[in-house]
Amino acid sequence: MKIIRKNVCAIALAFASSLAGAAQAQQKSDAIEHELETYRSMLKSDPWSNPGMLDVDRGETLWKTPGGSNHVSLEGCDLGLGPGKVDGAFAALPRYFGDADRVMDVEARILWCMEKLQGFERAELLTHPHPGPGMPVKDLGAIATYIAYRSNGRSFAAAFNHRKEKEMLALGEALFFRRSGPMDFACSTCHGDSGKRIRLQPLPLFSKPDEARKIVGAWPAYRVSTAHVMTMQHRIYDCFWQMRLPEVELGSDVSVALISYLVKQAEGGEISIPGMKR
Amino acid sequence: MSTKPRIRLPDNARIGEVIEIKTLIAHPMESGNRRGNDGSLIPRLLLHTFTAKFADREVFRATLHTGTAANPFISFFIKVPGPGEFEFTWIEDGGAQVVERQALKVT
Amino acid sequence: MRQRSRITFILLAYSVAAGTAYAQQIKAVDEVRIDAAMRAAFPKASASADWPPRLKGDQSMQACSQHKDAPPSELARVIAARESASIQYPADGKLSGDWRRGEQVAQSGYGLRFTDYPPTRENGGNCYACHQLTKQEVSYGTVGPSLLEYGKIRKFSEADTKAAYEKIYNSHATFPCSLMPRFGANGVLAIEQITDLVALLMSAESPVNQP
Repeated sequence: MKIIRKNVCAIALAFASSLAGAAQAQQKSDAIEHELETYRSMLKSDPWSNPGMLDVDRGETLWKTPGGSNHVSLEGCDLGLGPGKVDGAFAALPRYFGDADRVMDVEARILWCMEKLQGFERAELLTHPHPGPGMPVKDLGAIATYIAYRSNGRSFAAAFNHRKEKEMLALGEALFFRRSGPMDFACSTCHGDSGKRIRLQPLPLFSKPDEARKIVGAWPAYRVSTAHVMTMQHRIYDCFWQMRLPEVELGSDVSVALISYLVKQAEGGEISIPGMKR
Repeated sequence: MSTKPRIRLPDNARIGEVIEIKTLIAHPMESGNRRGNDGSLIPRLLLHTFTAKFADREVFRATLHTGTAANPFISFFIKVPGPGEFEFTWIEDGGAQVVERQALKVT
Repeated sequence: MRQRSRITFILLAYSVAAGTAYAQQIKAVDEVRIDAAMRAAFPKASASADWPPRLKGDQSMQACSQHKDAPPSELARVIAARESASIQYPADGKLSGDWRRGEQVAQSGYGLRFTDYPPTRENGGNCYACHQLTKQEVSYGTVGPSLLEYGKIRKFSEADTKAAYEKIYNSHATFPCSLMPRFGANGVLAIEQITDLVALLMSAESPVNQP
């Protein structure tokens, strides 16, 4: 009995001191996170100085300038609300498109329009679609940032009415919990609980709408550490890299399915682009 | 330096009013201290000077160093002396320049 | 008032039913469909033999995925037994190696990502991504429990040294559907690296166990 009590005391003491150390680091991390949040809310009230705005500008120019082998602009591109209608289009994505007979997110749809309307080579657009550190976001991503920006202030409201949209949602949820690869990671391995972090990076719990609403609307975001805008497709590509899986193709069903799941979880959450991340 | 810099001036201003001018330009601001994946130093390439002239008179000047982050945001205040045009100049290591002009509407 | 509360009740009942129907609906996804979507989404996986197996978890991981890492107790027992059988021990029987090398393994996240080919160094365990270990390292994650004073708490016992080795080699042997990667069984870390991590946790001189 005495041995058990001694062990319990030792464990309790060790637990308390590790808690103190942990509490200190958590306090430090909380203080940093608090300052970051203050900075983010200042940026939100006046987002002008976010360097991601330069890519919004570039995206707008690319949208309106004739390009590709057909030498036409993207102003004929239908993002779901009719050709050329940009305001609010991002807030209603992902959605089913009859002409492509599939569900698309904003980047998959822009890829489609760049290929079908402008005559760009699809294979070229899919090769190295995302920027390396220090390089600016690629043209497709800049256009996506512009389109997303034109839904600022709106809430995520993708309908998920169509049969194929519902299938995408189901696929997205199944994929979110699917463990594989040498590290046995699923999205839920990191994003499966509240208040956890990897190193000092807090992790949102995406199956909880409250948390999803705070996060999803910040993407595309300007990433300070790499000095470029990162789109949602790029972010997911990066997740799969870390999960020790191969390179996920831009606009693939897997990527659109996961984005559908995230957007559904974030339903009602505010769109505020570009965000600002570490 | 291909994207046009962003410049924000108030829509209109009164003579004697203190106004804020904001500028944002795309630039990697390579410090020369970073190493690439192969371990070699990435050469320094900075915007080292920013000047603002109003009605042909210099009203603001900044010298930037390695501590300034990529895509620099620079803002400053002036007291409006009268109507005129702003001329902003960013100068890169090696001498390349970006110049932007924007008129200030004064009521 | 009664009319309004009746309408409210009907609306509430409808939304509960709709929610339940939705929840049931999103559960039903054909495994064949998922496999096909994964193959189509990763065209570069065919580049070498190493990659296609990564697109689908093995039997244990499939079970964990289906139950969102909360397997019913009978299935949990099956998983634990299967994973336990995979554990291999050092040839010389020495379970605790060099804690200095262990700290390096714990700090490094290198290896097996598609940018880590051809490899220029050994794989890391990336322990600090999820765990606190030494007091000195403040940049630690919280996905897993703190391991501060791990050996000290367990009085550096032989039994706990063995348990630590087994946990790192294959965490599912004792905790089915654990979030922790199967570092040994999946070939992420070599046996020698695992013994170095054990030393980091369990040796008295290790900074993990210093006050």
